[in-house]
Amino acid sequence: MTDRTDGRPHLAVIGAGPAGLTAALAAAARGVRVTLVDSAAQAGGQFYRQTAPGLGARRPQALHHQWRTWERLRDGLAGHVAAGRVTSLTDHHVWFVERQSGTTGGAPASFTVHALLGPEQEEPVTVHADAVLLATGGYEKVLPFPGWTLPGVVTAGGAQAMLKGGLVLPGRTAVVAGTGPLLLPVAVGLASAGAKVAALVESADPRAFVRHARVLAAHPAKLAEGAWYAAELARYRVRTRVRHTVVAAHGTGRLEAVTVAALDGDGRVRPGTERRIPCDTLAVGHGMLPHTDLAEALGCRLDGVDVAVDDEQRTDVPGVWAAGETTGIGGAALAGAEGGIAGVSIAARLNSRIPDRSSYASAAKARAGMREFFAAVDTVCVPPARWAEHVTDDTVVCRCEEVTASAVREAVDELGAGDVRTVKLLTRAGMGWCQGRMCGPAVAGLARCPETPSRRPFARPVPLGVLAREPGEPHDTSPSTTGWDPS
Amino acid sequence: MTPRTPLDLVDARRGPAFTVTFDGREITVLPGQTIAAALWSAGITSWRTTRGSGEPRGVFCGIGVCFDCLVSVNGRVNQRACLVPAEAGDVIRTQKGTGHHD
Repeated sequence: MTDRTDGRPHLAVIGAGPAGLTAALAAAARGVRVTLVDSAAQAGGQFYRQTAPGLGARRPQALHHQWRTWERLRDGLAGHVAAGRVTSLTDHHVWFVERQSGTTGGAPASFTVHALLGPEQEEPVTVHADAVLLATGGYEKVLPFPGWTLPGVVTAGGAQAMLKGGLVLPGRTAVVAGTGPLLLPVAVGLASAGAKVAALVESADPRAFVRHARVLAAHPAKLAEGAWYAAELARYRVRTRVRHTVVAAHGTGRLEAVTVAALDGDGRVRPGTERRIPCDTLAVGHGMLPHTDLAEALGCRLDGVDVAVDDEQRTDVPGVWAAGETTGIGGAALAGAEGGIAGVSIAARLNSRIPDRSSYASAAKARAGMREFFAAVDTVCVPPARWAEHVTDDTVVCRCEEVTASAVREAVDELGAGDVRTVKLLTRAGMGWCQGRMCGPAVAGLARCPETPSRRPFARPVPLGVLAREPGEPHDTSPSTTGWDPS
Repeated sequence: MTPRTPLDLVDARRGPAFTVTFDGREITVLPGQTIAAALWSAGITSWRTTRGSGEPRGVFCGIGVCFDCLVSVNGRVNQRACLVPAEAGDVIRTQKGTGHHD
């Protein structure tokens, strides 16, 4: 049932990162009642992941960028929560969003957001809403290489998350490797927190940016940011090796060293350039992927791997908006611009009005510019073209089900699998706990198949007892109340 | 350059530490840290062995997506160490395989 007891429309925002927060504030300021649902203990998302309060960080901004934006979002949220306009549900892991079509006479749809209360994620909670904004963010893509399952090898974003959230380092000597803009803050963050960063290994060739000189020139702030990182890397004496890649990680029981090598113009390792770097941490990432499970289950159209949205950040499913990384990887500032536009659009559309474009013209301009910038980054920051050739047969590709590269190759070359789904059915790659989130790009690359969305019915594991409950059993949380009521 | 730690960097004025056990060994935890953060602080990077080949695993994605950091906490297996906050007196054990006696 749609709950409009106070006459105000109700929006559920899934994800309290820059996109979701900006949207929640924009919508709440325009009279929409908002429930903000997020899996973490505190709002902020991955970009503004907060240090646990018990650690008493007095200068948390030392681990962050664009802190003033965070202060504005944080204070704005607190103000709306205090005024009763926004309900912020933390530790709520959303696994499904259900859409009930309007009944008769063209009544609008309504939504039920199904979540599990964390961290055990066994107690169900539901939130009812008139509209949904999906601001589910992204996660890191990592391509396999021999030794990548050794403890001490972590994703670049994971190293940063553990540092921001728990103030810990995985070891003393780190190598940061892969490709993409995330590697810079990770390397600088680890170094500033006391790790020795033995090398920053980037497979891209920065000279390729020359082809995008016009786009770069239009983004002086991004160039200044790049220069700042370069200065920080120099300050911490981090050796940067571009057009290089990690070909293997070594160790018994845990990481002890990595081998890096130079790449030629075709993305092949240049023979004789291999060098071994002792380290106890490898923070590695090859770009980001959007979380699209909730959107797919709602039937939203995807554009490649991204949720497709229009100029107002609407998906093609009425009542469902999307903003931030889930609509295409582009960082926190772009996510904020998209969230702001979505919030304005939602507030208008829920009151059967057409949004005033002039009210978000500057955000739309910023959005266009940043999308153009990250499109350029995407063409430059690509994994080595021949990465699959360096994945030895005995390398585990699917970490959950321990499926090796040879099993994937056999499925394709000998058993005739022509798509990732068939490879999965033949090998179990992608059938484990993570549901193929980690191995998806690797399996597609090794099988020489296009990467396709995985179509997961639920966005996270759900206890059978929760699925078995009858609809309407007393576990609903009214949107006007906070928290979980176990009555 | 003076050696620094993440705690120095943010000028952490943390609350009192407490202890948990990992495979019977006592380790110190700072308030608010997840089990993964607590284990990392103690120099422990693996706390699971895989079902198939028994290989050691620990944190990989760090944000709850990959399920590589599964661990047994107070007898409950398959807990994601990167998400679950450590509590005083927790009994944390290496998870072998599925964690169930099979």
